Amino acid sequence: LSPFTAGKGFWSEMLGVGDFYYELGVQIIEVCLALKHRNGGLITLEELHQQVLKGRGKFAQDVSQDDLLRAIKKLKVLGNGFGIIPVGGTYLIQSVPAELNMDHTVVLQLAEKKGYVTVSEIRTSLKWETERAKQVLEHLLKEGMAWLDTQAAGEPQYWLPALFTELYSQEITPEEAKEAIP
Amino acid sequence: MDRFAWTSGLLELGETLVLQQRGVRLYDGEEKVKFDSGVLLLSTHRLIWRDQKNHECCIAIPLSQVVFIEEQAAGIGKSAKIVVHLHPAASNKEPGPFQSSKYSYIKLSFKEHGQIEFYRRLSEEMTQRRWETMPTGQTIQVNKDPQAGRIRAVGIVGIERKLEEKRKETDKNISEAFEDLSKLMEKAKEMVELSKSIANKIKEKQGDITEDETIRFKSYLLSMGIANPVTRETYGSGTQYHMQLAKQLAGILQTPLEERGGIMSLTEVYCLVNRARGLELLSPEDLVNACKMLESLKLPLRLRIFDSGVMVIELQSHNEEEMVASALETVSEKGSLTADEFAKLVGMSVLLAKERLLLAEKMGHLCRDDSVEGLRFYPNLFLTQS
Repeated sequence: LSPFTAGKGFWSEMLGVGDFYYELGVQIIEVCLALKHRNGGLITLEELHQQVLKGRGKFAQDVSQDDLLRAIKKLKVLGNGFGIIPVGGTYLIQSVPAELNMDHTVVLQLAEKKGYVTVSEIRTSLKWETERAKQVLEHLLKEGMAWLDTQAAGEPQYWLPALFTELYSQEITPEEAKEAIP
Repeated sequence: MDRFAWTSGLLELGETLVLQQRGVRLYDGEEKVKFDSGVLLLSTHRLIWRDQKNHECCIAIPLSQVVFIEEQAAGIGKSAKIVVHLHPAASNKEPGPFQSSKYSYIKLSFKEHGQIEFYRRLSEEMTQRRWETMPTGQTIQVNKDPQAGRIRAVGIVGIERKLEEKRKETDKNISEAFEDLSKLMEKAKEMVELSKSIANKIKEKQGDITEDETIRFKSYLLSMGIANPVTRETYGSGTQYHMQLAKQLAGILQTPLEERGGIMSLTEVYCLVNRARGLELLSPEDLVNACKMLESLKLPLRLRIFDSGVMVIELQSHNEEEMVASALETVSEKGSLTADEFAKLVGMSVLLAKERLLLAEKMGHLCRDDSVEGLRFYPNLFLTQS
């Protein structure tokens, strides 16, 4: 039996190769596709972990967040825009080919603290002009990665659905699951 | 279990959530207790367990009560567990579900997995002991500074100070995360060295290893993204393995492609092929390398890469530019369409629908209206009505 294909052995884990990681890749793609319309293609590593565990069921081998990261790094080569964005001690996983440069990433990191961010906060924390802040936020809105709350007291708030903790562990609906299967 | 106290489950000021996991059952020592199905939350200060069916039923234990933790592997019909050894309960502990217990440990049983991650994070919190440096609570704390004799109170000023601390902490976390990235890169370098040394050993032992084993090793190296070490001139045109794989793929994908209008994204192909295989799955690199050879092997499919970087497999008979003409008709009928709307109408994935509309735009047939409401495409009237 090949040292690379049987389950998740020492070598597989070291190098991120083998059936364990390639199957995990399939499961990651399916969860991201199912939830894309909710979060624009951005999901926290935590939520991805929970959803993948749920999908795998009781009798499958356990999966750690590091395992997910190893599998995702392999998936990048498929050209679907898979990316890993460090935010506040954890990671946001991008699964759509939207272009996110350093400006977008930094704003995502800023928004991670409260789940939302405002133009003023960007101006104060990052010392940017209003125009630059607005451009970045508009791009995130267009990609569906941010939602606009104009009802907020004070100025409009830009929320990241990927960070809505209330949505964690929310079941993937049958309609969403259909979207995921090719 | 007598160390637990009833709690509202709300995090306190200064307390941060680290991880949560559903499907956890509690044991008092070796005995199951009625808390059989709950969400286990790990914060910087406490372990909190909340009943999944009755959210009002919520208990917690401070992390400072933990002496040490152990892992207990899963068995047949048994979930993986974490054993948590505890100090005796403090005399002024808040009331909880149990007044006494004959055990000095509890077990957390992970019926829906997540034990590995939880153990790792709990160990980290036990090492960092953040509850010692991050005071919590809404109550006024009187804390005399020995040098200045001041009284520090937690009020508006305290809240502002904590927000400032949290902001600093986040900044530190960002730079630490980037540190982690550079550590990862170090690891990657190590692995490349490892692969190179394995490749060299193959080269030396050419006589002792069978051809079959050599081919297998070469393909493993390729699947790790390392160029073929023995015959460098085959890099780029792939190996025997990828050629065979390309032919296999042409066979497997013919029908699915026809069913999907002649075009599929590479991620769809990856999922479809691996779900069909069940075992001996393809790595993403292997799939890409095999697909790169489709055209040169004159197979009835080809790999196409859009400007956005999105990669697709098309039937040779498929002509995306012709599909653009029918897309234009559809958009004209409706006046305008977003990628989502077009995808639903035509029965395509949103990813491929967007690529088709972008191609139509590139060819001059469609115009875009890019607003915060989304990207909408209109027929290019400048072209048709000039």
